[in-house]
Amino acid sequence: MESVTASGLYKDYQMGKLTVNALKNLSFSIGSGAFVSFVGPSGSGKTTLLNLIGCLDKPTQGKLNVAGVDVTGLNRKQSALFRGENLGFIFQDFNLIPVLTVFENVEYPLLMVRKTPAGDRKKRVLQLLEEVGMMDQKDKFPDQLSGGQKQRVAVARSLITHPKIVLADEPTANLDHKTAYLIINLLKRMRDEMNTTFIFSTHDPKIVGEVETLYTLEDGELNNGQERGDKHA
Amino acid sequence: MINMLNMIKIAARNLLRYKRRTLLVSLLIAIGVIFVQVFMAATASYKNIIISQITDAMLGHIQIHKKGYLVSIENVPLNLNLKPHGVEKIEAALKTIPEIDAYSKRLRLGGMISNFTETTNLRLFGIEPEQEYKTAPLLPGRIIEGKSDLEPGQILLPSTLAKGMHLKVGDLIVIIATNKDGSVNGKQFLVGGILDAAPGPGGRDGYIHISDAAELLRMETAEISEIALHLKSFKDIPSVYAQLTQKLGGELNKEGKPAFEIHTWEKLSPFANIAKMLDLMTVFVKVMLVTIVVISILDVMMMSVYERTREIGTIAAIGTLPSRILAMFITEGLLFGISGVVLGNLVSYIIVRIMQSMHITFSFGMREGLVLNPQFDLWSVLWISLIVIVISVIASVQPASKAARLDPIKALKTT
Ligand SMILES: Nc1ncnc2c1ncn2[C@@H]1O[C@H](COP(=O)(O)OP(=O)(O)OP(=O)(O)O)[C@@H](O)[C@H]1O
Ligand SMILES: [Mg+2]
Repeated sequence: MESVTASGLYKDYQMGKLTVNALKNLSFSIGSGAFVSFVGPSGSGKTTLLNLIGCLDKPTQGKLNVAGVDVTGLNRKQSALFRGENLGFIFQDFNLIPVLTVFENVEYPLLMVRKTPAGDRKKRVLQLLEEVGMMDQKDKFPDQLSGGQKQRVAVARSLITHPKIVLADEPTANLDHKTAYLIINLLKRMRDEMNTTFIFSTHDPKIVGEVETLYTLEDGELNNGQERGDKHA
Repeated sequence: MINMLNMIKIAARNLLRYKRRTLLVSLLIAIGVIFVQVFMAATASYKNIIISQITDAMLGHIQIHKKGYLVSIENVPLNLNLKPHGVEKIEAALKTIPEIDAYSKRLRLGGMISNFTETTNLRLFGIEPEQEYKTAPLLPGRIIEGKSDLEPGQILLPSTLAKGMHLKVGDLIVIIATNKDGSVNGKQFLVGGILDAAPGPGGRDGYIHISDAAELLRMETAEISEIALHLKSFKDIPSVYAQLTQKLGGELNKEGKPAFEIHTWEKLSPFANIAKMLDLMTVFVKVMLVTIVVISILDVMMMSVYERTREIGTIAAIGTLPSRILAMFITEGLLFGISGVVLGNLVSYIIVRIMQSMHITFSFGMREGLVLNPQFDLWSVLWISLIVIVISVIASVQPASKAARLDPIKALKTT
């Protein structure tokens, strides 16, 4: 089963009279349960691509199928519903909601995006907080947490709805190496448990080492995806 | 339900996040509410006192005349009196309206008064004292000297005239009047009392018994110039007026025109204009309140959306529907409105109670020491609260829809 398939994908940005070709003719396919990273230098189009897969933006041209749905034709509301239903997001700057506690941040998608009954909600949140090792911090507010702790909470939030795909644009860029490593391994463990597809972008070479499939973007163009093993063979 | 509660929780926490700003906006709204409430309580009390002064001293709440009487009321026209069968019809109608407390049939006339050395003009009410005192309950209180019995042969004189002619209670005077046909008649009266002036037209007229008035004018049975009505409640005026118009409006004279004219106190007293001005000022103060609410909510919500752009981008990205983001921000506006209203009404209540205990006095016309008694009106609390809350919600729609329309990618890029 494929999680994401793209073919002939283009994304142009119009900057006044200038056209920036951020993505050029990308074709790839990511299987479900994959643990994939896009790497490449700054400005190579990683964020642009993740925004397209994340249904936050539309390709200029080409086909894009995410979780079995052709997402190029979705309108604003449909996109929001699709994201809430199928996707999870982890951000570089954690982006927790500052007025909500750790527990409430993780609970938020169940309450405000899905409509999950109260008892079920609590059970799932506590279970996931346990998984990411944040149980003892559940009543703290985000500004009382370290970066690594915040990102653990963000990981729990992204997984609480059991999404098919979790997208993470440079999830470790604001963390030190040790913490980054722990977070990546947490993601991997969650993938193993929940069979969620993880797609992220990074240019952190230490992280690259933990990834199973690597796609290299350069100037908006894709070098073929390769298994980690291949690369080092 | 869960969502609503949760939305209120998030909104409340966001408000508490900027305590000073929230307090400031709530205070602004509260001050607006206080202005309106206290102003309304004070003016309502002032108006009620003045109106009851006017209506109860002389005018009555409603007056009925023969058609055309009011325009020439200053001349006390004797040819525009109501004839007995007209009076009968009116009285029959009055008896069917339970809101009417009392009514008084008055025969008005102009004449000359003489103290045997000097003579001057005077206008008089011929009245049945018992009925008149029920209709104008403050009239006996206007008698500053003498008694209020007003038996036949007695006269109540306005104080200015009594002073000018050096008359005291117990003095003898003569009233000379010309009747409709031009024949002159005179009659001796005993000064029974001296009257303080009342505000409004007729406030400086004298009173005699209606039988004396009829005799002076050589009438077999007294004709009636006006019928003044006193209602059980001031609030009934519009409904009684409508009933009377409906019941008497069909009565036509020989020319096929309406036989009677019915006027409320507002048409009879110049104070009605002051009352209208007070009402206008109330409207003005309310408009000010609405303006304060709109501007402060709009401003603070715009600021919130601007400051929380990144947060909005986050919740939008993870699938929160635009309609829900809209609702979240409108809920914040709603909470602003509610907190301002609660605070404002609470303080208004305290201020009104303090004003009550201060016994603020004022004078009106000849009357002094009228005590302002402002009342905290529950209906106006409900109305003002509703208006402020609705306006708060409306004012937050624009910032909220701005939040709902944000592009998640751009919003997430902001710092
Ligand atoms: N909104 C935009 N308007 C115009 N050009 C844009 C816009 N967003 C991205 N670009 C351009 O598209 C190209 C790809 O940008 P993108 O952000 O996807 O790169 P990236 O690989 O994520 O870089 P980084 O590693 O620095 O995050 C760049 O040349 C960038 O300048
Ligand atoms: Mg990027």
